[in-house]
Amino acid sequence: MSALRAELPVAQAPQGGAAPESAPPAIEAVGLGFDYPQGPRLHFADIRLPQGAHLLLRGPSGSGKSTWLALVGGLCGPTRGRLHVAGRALQGRVPDSWRAQTVAVLPQRLHLSDALDVRGNLGLVDRAAGRGVDHAAIDRVLDRLALADLGGRYPSQLSGGQAQRVALGRALLARPRLILADEPTASLDDELAAEALQLLRDTAQELGASVVIATHDPRVAPAWPDAQTLQLQGLCA
Amino acid sequence: MIRLAWTYLWSRPLTAVLNLLLLSLGLASVSFVQLAGTQLQQGFTRDLEGIDLVVGAKGSPMQLILAGVFHLDLPPGNIRLEEARLLAADPMVAKWMPLSLGDSHRGFRIVGTERSYPEHYRMTLAQGRWWDKPMEAVVGAEVAASAGLAVGRSFAGSHGLAGGEAHAEHPYQVVGVMAPCRCVQDRLILTATESVWETHADHHPTPAASATEAKPRVAAKAGQKTADQPVGKHAHGAHDHEHKLKSGAEAAKPVESPRDITIALVQYRSPLAAARLPRWVNGQTGMQAASPAVEVSRLLRMVGVGAEVLRVAAGVLLATATLGVFVTLWGALRERRADMALLRLLGAPAHRIVGILLAEAMFLAIMATLLGLLVGHGLAEWAGQELRAQGALGFTGLIWLPQEWLIPSVALGLALLASVLPIVAAYRLDPARALVAR
Repeated sequence: MSALRAELPVAQAPQGGAAPESAPPAIEAVGLGFDYPQGPRLHFADIRLPQGAHLLLRGPSGSGKSTWLALVGGLCGPTRGRLHVAGRALQGRVPDSWRAQTVAVLPQRLHLSDALDVRGNLGLVDRAAGRGVDHAAIDRVLDRLALADLGGRYPSQLSGGQAQRVALGRALLARPRLILADEPTASLDDELAAEALQLLRDTAQELGASVVIATHDPRVAPAWPDAQTLQLQGLCA
Repeated sequence: MIRLAWTYLWSRPLTAVLNLLLLSLGLASVSFVQLAGTQLQQGFTRDLEGIDLVVGAKGSPMQLILAGVFHLDLPPGNIRLEEARLLAADPMVAKWMPLSLGDSHRGFRIVGTERSYPEHYRMTLAQGRWWDKPMEAVVGAEVAASAGLAVGRSFAGSHGLAGGEAHAEHPYQVVGVMAPCRCVQDRLILTATESVWETHADHHPTPAASATEAKPRVAAKAGQKTADQPVGKHAHGAHDHEHKLKSGAEAAKPVESPRDITIALVQYRSPLAAARLPRWVNGQTGMQAASPAVEVSRLLRMVGVGAEVLRVAAGVLLATATLGVFVTLWGALRERRADMALLRLLGAPAHRIVGILLAEAMFLAIMATLLGLLVGHGLAEWAGQELRAQGALGFTGLIWLPQEWLIPSVALGLALLASVLPIVAAYRLDPARALVAR
């Protein structure tokens, strides 16, 4: 991965490196809570994550990690508290266009479309945003992720590591300020897990993006020693 | 998104092709039923236009109509010309047209009649002129094309419709070719009534001439011509002739002599005639009167069952196809629920996801419409040709009916109908599902 990183052309970095000092925090949550209708009432600890910093989201199953990611990703609105992401107060429904420009989500299942080849999957980023596919940008990302020869392959023809890189490539193309990764190393062996984490870090650094990793995996923390940790308890208020 | 929808559609090629075929078959059936039904109905209507009564020998009234109006069957026998003229002289008769049937050329029926017959059907000429004297003939468009007849050519008729004994000594001269009408006249050879008499005059050495393809069995049953044939007539093979040695010019004289014709087409002067004339003909003469309106509605009732079955079958096919499209789209949504959720995660608004499904449905509908119309028209053309080759009322697939514009609408409507549930589900799709999907 270090070789790959060395190949990254700095001039092509979408937002390039670290965030400016004056940038608003990537995430600022105070008194955040979410009540499921006829379900649990979740309360989350306060957090302030500067732009470009990273966060490990930990907690047992049912503690609300996915809910927290959904709130921060603007997929649902908090029922209590105050939440700012990349300088925007998230209350109620968030415009899809904001999500397209600000947040990249790496779900646990990578969700590569079986109907599309690698290039088609990468093109989804532009199509979702309602703009024409930037083939040159896709070429650059494919080169950067050492996937140049695999552009015409379908997901079923990719290894787990290759598929992971395609998903990260999608995040690169989206040029987000915040990357939300849900269990990115689940079901990967040690080598692939290390590769995926390094790639995620490289991508974040290049974009100046913050990364939030929701994980149970003990292999993750040593790879992100600088990351803050938010321990979710799944508290019911 | 359109390209994405196209890619998604063909990502499951077998399902897409099967559903396409299903919808296409339904639409092809609708197209075929419309083409065949409309043209047959138009053909019936046109051939029956202005004909209130068909008078001929006693026998089956349906046979009389089929033979005299649609030229689809053999006539039941002959009638005496003077008896027909008695009917024609009735003040309730506005117009009558004699038809003398019996001979053919290469399977195309030769019809001895008067100029009032093509005038009645508003036939026009593509070439030449109408006949002025016996043994001149005007041929229908299909006759000209199939038998290679053109103005100036001559041909000989032969007995019956199956190419029996030829009248080589009495060749017809083609003086005109009728413009195509997509009607039964396309398959007829029209000539003067006297031509038929003349052709058969020399054919037998005894007086009186008339030729028909009449069924002697029926005539005998009716107890008329065969029972009380005037002197000089005898049965000849499958048809019955009057024999009289007369020249064409003499034959053209109207009728002091006992000549036969096969059928008289009658138009009433007043609708009141419908109450009296048929009863009088059937009761007081040796002839039989058949009402085309009655017989054709009987025929359509019989044929209508088949058409109705076809319509129902087309409806079932369409319903199945709609279900197929629904299953396709629903399956697409289910299989790609995660993809759709991911698109939402990536920032695609709900209406864009809906657009993808809608585009898939529209692609299916458009392709099925094109394929269905192609198959429907091809089938209609093929079936029409087969029917025409058998001498039946034909139709063509090489026309476009105004009501066929409904077919794309039906296809799009069905596709939309089938899309409703998947679209609603897509619209409600929660992008957060992509986060929790395992």
